[in-house]
Amino acid sequence: MSVPSNLNFYIDPSRCIGCQACVQACTECETHKGHSMIHLETVDRAHSTQTIPVVCMHCDSPTCAEVCPADAIKRTPDGVVQSARKPRCIACNNCVLACPFGVPKMQVEFDLMMKCDMCYDRSSVGLKPMCASVCPSQALFFGTHEELEAARPQSAPIDRFKFGEQTITTKVKMMAPRRAYPEHLDVTAALDPLPPPRTLSLGVLNGAR
Amino acid sequence: MIWEGLLARLSPEVSRSVLRASVAALLLAALIVLGSRNLAHFDAALVGYTFATLFATFAITYRYSMWLQRPPTALYWRRGWQVFFSRDRMLRNLGAWIKRLVGVFALNNFIFRRSRPRWAAHWLIMWGCLAAVAITFPLVFGWIHFETPPGDFERYTVFVFGFPTFAFRIGSVLGMVIFHGLVWSSFLVIAGVMIAMRRRMRDRGAEAVQQFGEDFLPLILLFAVSITGLMLTASYTWMKGYAYDFLAILHAGCVIFTLLWLPFGKFFHIFQRPAQLGVAFYKDAGLSGEQAICAHCDRPFASKMHVEDLIRVEQDLGYSYQMPDHPAGHYQRICPRCRRVGMALAQGRLWQIGRGREPTERPGLVDVAAYIDVPLATAEPTP
Repeated sequence: MSVPSNLNFYIDPSRCIGCQACVQACTECETHKGHSMIHLETVDRAHSTQTIPVVCMHCDSPTCAEVCPADAIKRTPDGVVQSARKPRCIACNNCVLACPFGVPKMQVEFDLMMKCDMCYDRSSVGLKPMCASVCPSQALFFGTHEELEAARPQSAPIDRFKFGEQTITTKVKMMAPRRAYPEHLDVTAALDPLPPPRTLSLGVLNGAR
Repeated sequence: MIWEGLLARLSPEVSRSVLRASVAALLLAALIVLGSRNLAHFDAALVGYTFATLFATFAITYRYSMWLQRPPTALYWRRGWQVFFSRDRMLRNLGAWIKRLVGVFALNNFIFRRSRPRWAAHWLIMWGCLAAVAITFPLVFGWIHFETPPGDFERYTVFVFGFPTFAFRIGSVLGMVIFHGLVWSSFLVIAGVMIAMRRRMRDRGAEAVQQFGEDFLPLILLFAVSITGLMLTASYTWMKGYAYDFLAILHAGCVIFTLLWLPFGKFFHIFQRPAQLGVAFYKDAGLSGEQAICAHCDRPFASKMHVEDLIRVEQDLGYSYQMPDHPAGHYQRICPRCRRVGMALAQGRLWQIGRGREPTERPGLVDVAAYIDVPLATAEPTP
C-alpha cells in the first residue's frame, strides 16, 4: 500500500480558524489511536486570533531520520516519513529537537517518539488524512493538484523551505501567493526582528476605571 | 597479505567493522574450544548450530560496529559512557541503572504503558527466548555437560566449562524443570507469538505499515523453532521416536535460519535496545545541567549539552542550519514551538507582499493602520 501519486497534502495556515477539529480528528487515526499528532499553535494569543495547524511536512531528506541514533525513523517509497519504529526508538529526543518544522512529539510515558504519518492507514488507500477530512476552512487540504488549482486560483503550492543556509524540500506543500511566488519560503527570515507594526491607539478605554 | 589488501580497499568504517567482527567470531570460537575442554564435550551433531552462531556473531558485530559509527550513534555512545562514569554522578547512576534494568528490561514497563496485549506478547517472547538461549548455547558450545557420578545412575552432576558444580536426582522436580527448560520456553514464546500475530491480523494501524520481512517473518520463525522443538519432545516422549530424525533436521533448519536472520531484521533490536539506558543517563545529566534558551522567545526548551551536541551531529551529517545573520547563529537554538510559528509568520509575510503591503513582524495581527487612512506620523505607539 502507498499514497497514490496524484494525491497531495496542501497546508495553508492563513486559512486556519483554530476550531481544533483537526486536533480531535487526528486522535481517531488507527496508526496513532488516541494521540493527536497535530500541533495547533497560536502566534500571539494576547493580540491575535491567528492559529497555525502544524502537520509533518514529510521532507525528502528528513533531518529527524538522519539524526536518529537508533535508525528508528523510515521514509516509505511514496515519500511519507513514518512514526518511529517501536522496537527501535530509544526516546532520545534528537528528532524532536532537530526537525526544522518542530513536528515530532515525544511520548514520555511510552519512551517513544510519535509523529504525523499522514494517517497512513487512510492515505495509503487513497482516503484523506483525518485532519484534512474535517478541516472546515480547508487550511489542511488533501486532493489532486487540479482540484486545488480550481479552488484557489490566486495561490500556488510551494515545497521548498529555507532554514538558515539549509534548504529542505518536502512532500507536503504550503500555499503561497501567485503574485509573490518565491523560489523558497525563508522561514528563518520570518524570525528576524522587523520594525514594530503601525498601530493606532483608539483611546476607547481611556479614563476607564 | 590478501587479507590486508582487501581491508585496505574498504572504507575505514567497513574495515574497522570487519576487523571487530572477525575478532568477536574468533573469540567465540576460542571460548568454544576452551569451554568444551578442547572439544571433548562438544557434540559433533550440533556443529550446524555452532557455525550458524559464529556467522551470526560476525554479522551482528559488523552491523553493530557500523551502526556505532553513524554520527548520532557515535556521539550518544561516547556521551552515554562519559555521563555514566562521571565522578559526581557515578553512585547515583549505579542505583538508577539497577532500577532501570529491572523496570525497562526485566519488566518492560514502557511497553506495558503502551498497550497491555503488546506488553504481554513482548514479555512472553522475550523471556521465552532468553531462557532458551541461556539453555541452548552453553549446551551447543559444550560449556555445560552432565555426568553421572561413579556408581550412582540416579544422579547427574552439572559441569560448567569442565568444572563440576551441583548435582540433582534425575527423577526430581528440579530434574524435570531443567530437562524440560526448552519446553517451558516454547510455551512462553508460542503464547507471545499468538498474541502478537492476533494484533498484526486485526489492527488496521499495524496493517498499514507492517511488512512481511520486518514484522511477520520473525514471528513465523519463532513459532517454527518452538513448535518443531515441541514436536521433538512429543516424538521421544509419547511416540517412541516417530520421525525423530526428520524432526531433528527440520528443527535444526528453523533454528539455523533464525540465527542467520538475527543480524538483518527486527531481531537486531535486541542488540540496539540497551542504548536506551545510555540515553536515560544522558537525559538525567541534561536535566540537571545548563538549559538552552530559545534565541527567539527566550524560554528554556532543552539541555544545552543536547542542543550543542545536535549542532555537531547535523554538521557531521552535512546539514547547514547555520544562521550567520541571526543572533542565534544556528537554527538549532530556536525552540520547536518558535519553529512552528515561524512557518506561519513566513507565509503571512509572503501574503502581505503578495497583496502589495509592507511586511510586518506579526502578519497575523490586525493592522488597523493599514485599513484606516491615517498618516503614520499621527499614529501613537502602543505602550
